[in-house]
Amino acid sequence: MDREPVFDELWQAQVLAMADAMVAAGTFSAGAWSEALGSALKAAEAAGAEDTSQTYYEAALEALEGLLQGSGDVPAQMLEERREAWRDAYLATPHGEPVELP
Amino acid sequence: MTDYDPAKVAEIHRHLHSHLPSEPALRVKALESLLVEKGLVDPQTIDAWVEAYSEEIGPKRGAAVVAKAWTDDAFKARLLSDGTAAIDELGFVGNATAHLKAVENTDGIHNLVVCTLCSCYPFSLLGVAPNWYKTAAYRSRAVRDPRGVLAEFGVEIADDVEVRVWDSTAELRYLVVPQRPAGTDDLDEAGLAALVTRNAMIGTDRVLSATAPEAS
Repeated sequence: MDREPVFDELWQAQVLAMADAMVAAGTFSAGAWSEALGSALKAAEAAGAEDTSQTYYEAALEALEGLLQGSGDVPAQMLEERREAWRDAYLATPHGEPVELP
Repeated sequence: MTDYDPAKVAEIHRHLHSHLPSEPALRVKALESLLVEKGLVDPQTIDAWVEAYSEEIGPKRGAAVVAKAWTDDAFKARLLSDGTAAIDELGFVGNATAHLKAVENTDGIHNLVVCTLCSCYPFSLLGVAPNWYKTAAYRSRAVRDPRGVLAEFGVEIADDVEVRVWDSTAELRYLVVPQRPAGTDDLDEAGLAALVTRNAMIGTDRVLSATAPEAS
């Protein structure tokens, strides 16, 4: 049990890394992060999500997006547009080439 | 006659472009690229964090703290009175550790750590929290039925041993100092550290072996 892989996927690590970096930089407090994560976990549980690490990390991502929307740093629409831009970039990039935004 | 189904078309697209990341991965990519542009995160900091926590940090630092406490009574006294200052002596203070309180297991006391709200954890000492620590099942049951939870980890606690459950917060996190196993008098600090398991420092393991597990 001590040797299970730390993360299933890279994005999971990146979520925690971003949250930790922004707590360190004072973008939001450790307490605000913990509250937001706790609420997102509660919401996932209430919605009947499976009690898995995937659910945990998705809740962590929700919490992070929510905090940055609340502070006005990353409005929801900006995030949505950027996600679409990345999706399009992936779809337009042939296999094996680096994916970049236009 | 039309049977255009956008969901189906999207599905076909996903198959054609198999390198399209999963939905959460795309969201993270979007968020990170925006935060970098706004100067709120440094991409090198993120990459370094991911590398360090995926590979290096693990629970080794916590084990070093415990081994030092076993061999140095003065350090142990400082650790138990002010955990943050004590681990600072070893250079292990990270912002994620917040205030650290070390709690010691004895013949009559077993300590168990949980975060009932989310997943607060001293990860600059123990690495990233194990998946079970983050589950709703553990978070809700560790307080209500600690002996039952411990039994599921294969840890039987005698009736005359008091179980103390510590609920972590963003501001205060815990490190369990397990009991030093008997028959380890000839081991040095590094040898002792190799005996300390991550779970013992959370409290879901109690009796440590006097011989280190084989590295796999």
